[in-house]
Amino acid sequence: MSALSIEALKVQFGPVEVLKGLDLDIDSGEFVVLVGPSGCGKSTLLNIIAGLERPSAGRIEIGGRDVTRVAPKDRDIAMVFQSYALYPAMSVRKNITFGMECRGVDKADQQAAFDRVQTILQIGYLADRKPGQLSGGQRQRVAMGRALVRDPLLFLFDEPLSNLDAKLRVEMRLEIKRLHQRLSTTMVYVTHDQIEAMTLATRIAVMDGGAIQQFADPQTIYDKPENVFVARFMGSPPMNILPVLLESDAGRVFASVMEDHRALARFPLPQRIEDVGAHLGKIALLGIRPECIELGSGGPNRVMAQVEMIEPTGAETMAFLDVAGTKIVARMGPESRPSLGIAAEFSVDLRKACLFDATTERRIA
Amino acid sequence: MANDSTLSRTTRYAFVYPVLIGFALFFLVPLLVVVLNSFRTFQEISQTSVLGWPRAWHWHNWSEAWGGYCFAGVCSGIHPYMWNSLLIAVPATILSTLLGAINGYQLALWRFRGDSVAFAIITFGVFLPAQMKLVPWAISLRALHLSNTLSGLVLIHVIGGLSFTTLFCRNYYVNIPQDLIKAARVDGAGWFVTFWRIVLPLSAPILIVTVIWQFTNIWNEFLFGITFSEGANRPVTAALMALDANIAQAREYGVESAAVLLAAFPTLLVYVLGGRYFVRGLTAGSVK
Repeated sequence: MSALSIEALKVQFGPVEVLKGLDLDIDSGEFVVLVGPSGCGKSTLLNIIAGLERPSAGRIEIGGRDVTRVAPKDRDIAMVFQSYALYPAMSVRKNITFGMECRGVDKADQQAAFDRVQTILQIGYLADRKPGQLSGGQRQRVAMGRALVRDPLLFLFDEPLSNLDAKLRVEMRLEIKRLHQRLSTTMVYVTHDQIEAMTLATRIAVMDGGAIQQFADPQTIYDKPENVFVARFMGSPPMNILPVLLESDAGRVFASVMEDHRALARFPLPQRIEDVGAHLGKIALLGIRPECIELGSGGPNRVMAQVEMIEPTGAETMAFLDVAGTKIVARMGPESRPSLGIAAEFSVDLRKACLFDATTERRIA
Repeated sequence: MANDSTLSRTTRYAFVYPVLIGFALFFLVPLLVVVLNSFRTFQEISQTSVLGWPRAWHWHNWSEAWGGYCFAGVCSGIHPYMWNSLLIAVPATILSTLLGAINGYQLALWRFRGDSVAFAIITFGVFLPAQMKLVPWAISLRALHLSNTLSGLVLIHVIGGLSFTTLFCRNYYVNIPQDLIKAARVDGAGWFVTFWRIVLPLSAPILIVTVIWQFTNIWNEFLFGITFSEGANRPVTAALMALDANIAQAREYGVESAAVLLAAFPTLLVYVLGGRYFVRGLTAGSVK
């Protein structure tokens, strides 16, 4: 069953198109993350799903019911906000039960619902405190409690972890994931953090410029990005994009890294990329993940690169390289320590490489 | 170095404090003269001058000013007029503060097309001189049959005060995160419930500021009071004028002094009770 279905959704502020005719279909029980840079329209989309903003055109269905013109409170949704948005003058208990009070739920049911939520989140001991007396993590829990208590068809999260420090963020991320596994309610989660997107989502919608660039499961997004934007946005450090000349030789496709009309390196592309059609003989963009580049001459595909900077992080070493004028990053084992400022030989693993059209930046293979 | 700075600090204090104390005295002398005269008898003042220490401390002027002295032909002292002022200032303060809070809430947290224009027009009233509004109010009060009534003056002060209270409240509410309103909408709280249950409980600092501001201004207001009221309906500021206008006899400086001090007392009291919130409220912005 479809939990949320969006058709041809448009939002326009004067001449500015914030959302350009967007379609999205989310199955029941999914955890969908909307991710993208700031200004991509992801928060606007979430606000429209919640009913807090009006679309200029389009249609929204929640649980099979057309809610395009329905008020937020009648959409059977709950929302967790970035700033938590706890009511400062109310106790934790009041914060959580306020929605039920507004809807006229009777006292005994309110109490039962509160008890259920406080056991799930272990916030019973905070019941009589005011939000001002809580730590960041506790506020976050209360904000989730306020959403949980509603037992909605759809949970909406608006960057709920971005106000927390790094350690707490990782903890709460796990907790949200656990919560989803336990409740299996449909969740829509907005973030600009691609790691949150990768770790939490069953499917990710990568947004840019008011449109969804790709909507797929995390591994597909990572391994088979639809275009250069998705390739560079997902993954940290981002995917390396090298301009290459495509040639065919003895039934295989070769990608040559050119420098002054001369091939600096010539890579045979993997078997799955055997038909590049009209792109043959032209420049295309070769996408290589940083972890597919290693120091040394261990592999079959080698290239000389100037080492400009290295960043050891303990678990791994990042090397910032220059290949024929293109800056790339290699993510290597911690023991790899190339010398700065000189050219060194690197091996490239091309099994997962992607190929993009040089002008449209769409994926060829 | 340490020696240098201690030396300069001592000289600085030796210079700064006498200057500050000198200015303070300079400002306080008129008040002192009024206070002293309120305790001196008529004979004492007329035989010597308005400047002088009381030979003995008499409370007669105070009781006379409060309940006995005759002006404009009525021998009731100023206490009925104090009561008038209270009947004007209290409702006008409460109403203008509440309306300002509602205006500010709408303008800051429920943005709508043209909201900044509306805000600009409302706050423009802050810069309008009172004299400009005399004739329009005279016409309006007559049309509403409120000429020479306390209700008429309440109306003037409620409307006139809206500019200030809206400005204060709107600028305070702008700091309330928009997410709070969104959360309330998802929870199903309407416009008024959100105001009453969520926004108003956060408003104590700014409401104290507007109450002090409005009460002081309305209590001390003179122009509308003297223009739009007569006889028994006068607020105390206007009544004090009549006291001054008894030219038939020699001036009762002692009674006048006591009356002025009595009339100033309520605003002083409000400031003493709420003054520290006033300074704090004007600077407090964040409610996060």
